[in-house]
Parts: sequence; structure tokens; C-alpha cells
Amino acid sequence: MQWNSLVTQLFGPYHGMREDGDFLQGEVIFDGEPVAVIGTTNHAPIGVRLALAQARVVLDTITQHPGRPILLLIDTQGQQLRRRDELLGINRAMAHLGASIDLARRRGHRVIGLVYDQALSGGFITSGLIADACYALPDAEIRVMRIPAMARVTKLPEEKLTALSQSNPVFAPGVQNYVAMGGVRALWRGDLQACLRDALAHTPTEDRRARDGAERGGRRMAAAVVQRVLDAA
Amino acid sequence: MISYAECSARERLALLLDAGSFHEWLPPSERVMSPHLAQLGVPSAFDDGVAVGRATLDGRSVFVAAQEGAFMGGGVGEVHGAKLVGLMQRALRDRPAAVLLLAESGGVRLHEANAGLIAVSEVMRALLDVRAAGIPVLVLIGGANGCFGGMGIVARCADHIVMSDVGRLAMSGPEVIEASHGVDEFDSRDRALVWRTTGGKHRWLTGDCDALVEDDVAAFRAAAIAAIGESKPFTPAALEQEHALLTKRLHALDTTDTTDRDEAALLWSALGIADARQVPELSVEAVRALRTA
Amino acid sequence: MSDVPAGLETLDFSFSGGQPAGAFAPVLVGVVGSGNLEVMLEPAAGKGCAVRVETSARGFGPIWQAVMNDFHARHPLAGLRVSINDMGATPAVVSLRLDQAVAEITGGRP
Repeated sequence: MQWNSLVTQLFGPYHGMREDGDFLQGEVIFDGEPVAVIGTTNHAPIGVRLALAQARVVLDTITQHPGRPILLLIDTQGQQLRRRDELLGINRAMAHLGASIDLARRRGHRVIGLVYDQALSGGFITSGLIADACYALPDAEIRVMRIPAMARVTKLPEEKLTALSQSNPVFAPGVQNYVAMGGVRALWRGDLQACLRDALAHTPTEDRRARDGAERGGRRMAAAVVQRVLDAA
Repeated sequence: MISYAECSARERLALLLDAGSFHEWLPPSERVMSPHLAQLGVPSAFDDGVAVGRATLDGRSVFVAAQEGAFMGGGVGEVHGAKLVGLMQRALRDRPAAVLLLAESGGVRLHEANAGLIAVSEVMRALLDVRAAGIPVLVLIGGANGCFGGMGIVARCADHIVMSDVGRLAMSGPEVIEASHGVDEFDSRDRALVWRTTGGKHRWLTGDCDALVEDDVAAFRAAAIAAIGESKPFTPAALEQEHALLTKRLHALDTTDTTDRDEAALLWSALGIADARQVPELSVEAVRALRTA
Repeated sequence: MSDVPAGLETLDFSFSGGQPAGAFAPVLVGVVGSGNLEVMLEPAAGKGCAVRVETSARGFGPIWQAVMNDFHARHPLAGLRVSINDMGATPAVVSLRLDQAVAEITGGRP
């Protein structure tokens, strides 16, 4: 879905959000209350610059608008694959973005992630996956890596990975699998405003994903292993 | 001197912690293993590539995890990640003096794809919980595989990072960058370039690690002991300071023509490092002395 | 070597006779990396030595049998469970790891 169509459905035609290259931001009104919206579009590669741009808005929200909810709109192809970004410490910039979002959560800001097109890997770890919870539109896709690169690194044949991506929940990029595994809390269908309203009101603030993965059957071991470590003599 | 890089994860634990003090949780004999690897014809490890437990370091109680880089490149799978999350959650409950992570990882274990991605994220959130509780998290990086991918982000969420000059800390590996944008973007076989871009000396000079040591287990031990007391919870002021530092760095090379020039040396010069071009040849001790901030 | 593996191969061997290994804390040597293996030794009830191998290098059953025969001849131990995760180690490396593992059993049994 195009970001403007999404944002219009959520906040009306005068939402006030603006697009600056791949970066989206705005202060919108939802149910009479302001919400800070930060996002990316055009399957943005997240480099140092874009990570810092997002962190800037989060930090400003913490200091200037205590308690204001934050909505992260996610459409990314993952981290920017450039030597310059590695030199400049893109992992540090991403950790900074993640820490900023995490601090916002601890300071009482509800942070909701929504994958509205695609999300990959590093671009997702410090956005949707560090929010209170992440939601997704039904046609969205989430991946760790594109198949050709994955084949090179794992030495597994591309044909095998392609077949697994169609049939195996661990590899398939459809967001339904992420719901089953607990990584995505729920899909937003139909009345998107109702979905957002519900998310703002009911998203838990502790990390429930392993428990959700066990209850939903998509990730059976994680929660049990965590508990075993807690209980070990 | 015992090379930290050449040790296995378990050897590092045996040599770095107080002798005989490591008590493992979910040891290999409990066979808590990956549910996803067999379907790919890949053998699993009895500990899923990470040993977790409690120990003492210089007499102080610590919780510790050591990733085995030789197994699946240290990649984080469902069980591996859950062991780390369990360790972090237990630290919140039992409050050791510190949590040590002997990190050696390519990030998400690709063979477990979606499960691995979610796992890394859960580790990140759990680590941030420990840090927010005022328990210092120390990451040691010195293995041959480095600390990459999602674990490169997780590492930078910790209070304190110790690296050797052999270690590497980054997001994407050079091979992935070369495959994506070509050999002119990043020649992954140019080892000197790889280490100038992601290695311990570079990360020390830019402040991306907090201590630089020789490739020696005793040196890592000493640096970990020195770091135990330093908890640095995140505050808005601290994040503003970090933001300013990263913004300044982003623009450090903006007005410089870097075509066909050594960008690392240019960056070090821009950061005030004298004789930047000599850095790769200098000893660890000499490089340590160069950092101005 | 066959192409795309259909999965891991599991091989089981058992031996009788030998000296009781006695009680000891489980031992682990080696790492599951390419051309390598991990070997875990644990005490077991009974008088046998039970060996289970999980390997990604399929089709080498007779060679594993020979390596295990030699191992049992060098270290005839009873009440022992040997568990192996293998990623294509050579027989020489397998034998080395087995010997290293036995050397680590506390109580100094040979």
C-alpha cells in the first residue's frame, strides 16, 4: 500500500505528514489526540543518515511531548549495504535508534510498529521489532535476506531456499508466519482506524513474543527455553 | 599470551573467568537443541552454539554467555537466542554484578531465518531491560568471525565493549556488500581494508568500543574486571550526546573528496588522530594512546 | 558425496566388554564446524558402550564402524554413552576427538 493512502485511511486527507526522500514524518491527530508518526517508504535502505533522522524525531518527542504515542511506519529493504556506512558505524547508529525508541517506551510513550509494505533484517530490528509491538498489513512481507545472498552465505542452493520460502513458515516471508511465530502481534484488516485504536489501547508493554509464538504454535521452543534458564539450578 | 581468537567459546570461559567457577545452565547433556536444522541436513550442536551460566570474575558474581563462532558462524537461532534471553531475564531477577557476553556471531542464523530474526530482537530487548535495571552488560569481541548483523546492533546496546585488534564489529559483512554493490564498493578480499573499516583499532579510534586489548585472554579478563562497576543507564541527555557525536561523524567526510583515497585514514584525521595513515602498522598499545576523547 | 542431502544420517553402534567407566561429569570436546565434530561422553547404565552419530556426511557407515571398532579397542569402556554431531570430519579427526574426550573423563580412567 502507498504510504499516503495508508496515512489518509488512518488520519484523514489533512494528516499533515510529509515525505523527505525516503523519510516520512508528521504529527497527526487521532481520536482527538496527537500522535508522532515516523517512517520510511520506497523500500528504503536504512543507512546512518536515515537511522539518525528517525532517532531525532523520537528524541524530540521524548523531550517536547512527554507521553505522546509514536507510530512507526515500516517499508525498508534493510540496512544500507555500503562500505561508508560500515566505516561510520551503522550498527551504532541503529543501536542508537533502538535505544531511543526503547527509552521512549520506558518513559511512557506507547510505540507501535506497522509493516505496511516490506521489512528486512537490520532495518526492521531497530524499528518494528523494538516497539512495544509490531503489526502488519496482510500483504506485507518480512525477510531476513534476499534469497540469492542467502544462498551465497549458507551454501544452500537457491532452488531449495525458494522452495522452503513457499512452504516452510521459518522461511516464508508472509506476515502470517510472523504472527504465528509471535514476531508480529496481529494483522490489520478492514477498518484500519479501529485497528490502531485497539493497538494504542491494548498493546502490552512487556515482550510477549516468545509466549505468543508458543501459544500460536509457530515458535514452540523459545518461551520454554527461557523458562528453563530461569528455573535451572 | 593465549590467543583469544584461537580459543573455542568454552576455552575462553575456562580461561577468562575465575578458575573452575563457571556453572552452566542447560549444558550439552540436556540436549536443548535446534528444532530447525535437521530438516536442512545440517547437524545441530548440543548447546546450540552458546554456553550460558553463572561464574565469578575476580570474586564477583557474574552471568556469562559465550557464543561458539565455529558453529554456524555463531549465528543466533531460536534456541540460542532464547538461552541469551533467559540469561538476561535471570539477571534481572538475581542481580549479578554484571552480565558478560563473549560475542562471536554473524547475526541472525540464516538457516533459521524468521525464528532467528525474532530471536535477535528478543535478545536486544532483554539486554536493554538489564541495562535499564542498572546491571552493567559487557560485550567482549575478539573472535575470528567478529560480531556482525543483528548482534552488531545488540553489542552497541551494551554498557561497555572490549575489542582486540583482531576483532571486528559491524553490521553487514564485506562479502554481502561486495555481492550487492560490487568489488569497487568493498573488496572483501582486501583484509587490510576490511580491518580498517570494521576492526578493533578503527572502532577504538572512533569510540565504537570502550577498550582495545591485545589478542590475549588475560588482557580480555583484565579489561572485563575493570569494566564491571560501570553501569550507564540511558537518559535523554546521554542519547542527545550520542546523537550529536554520530551526526558530527556523519558529516566528517562531507567536504572531503574521498575518491581513490583511504576513507578510514581521512576519518581518523578528521577526528583529530595524528598520523592517521600509520595506524594499521602501530601496536595496540600505540593505537590506544592515540585516542583523544 | 551426494548432492542436496535428504537430511542427517543417524548411525548407532554398540560394544560390550571393557572396564566400567564409572561415574563422571559429562564431557564435551570439539565443535560442529565444517570438517569437524563434537563428541559428548556420559555415564550410562548397564555394561555396554552405546554410540550414536548424527552426521551430514551421508553414506560412510562402514568407515564409522571401523573407527568405532578401533576406538573401543583402544579404550574398552563399559557403562558409557558416546554422542556425536558430525559435519564431515575425517576418520583421523574423529579418532582424535574421541581420544581427547576419554582423556577428560574425571577420575583418571585411561
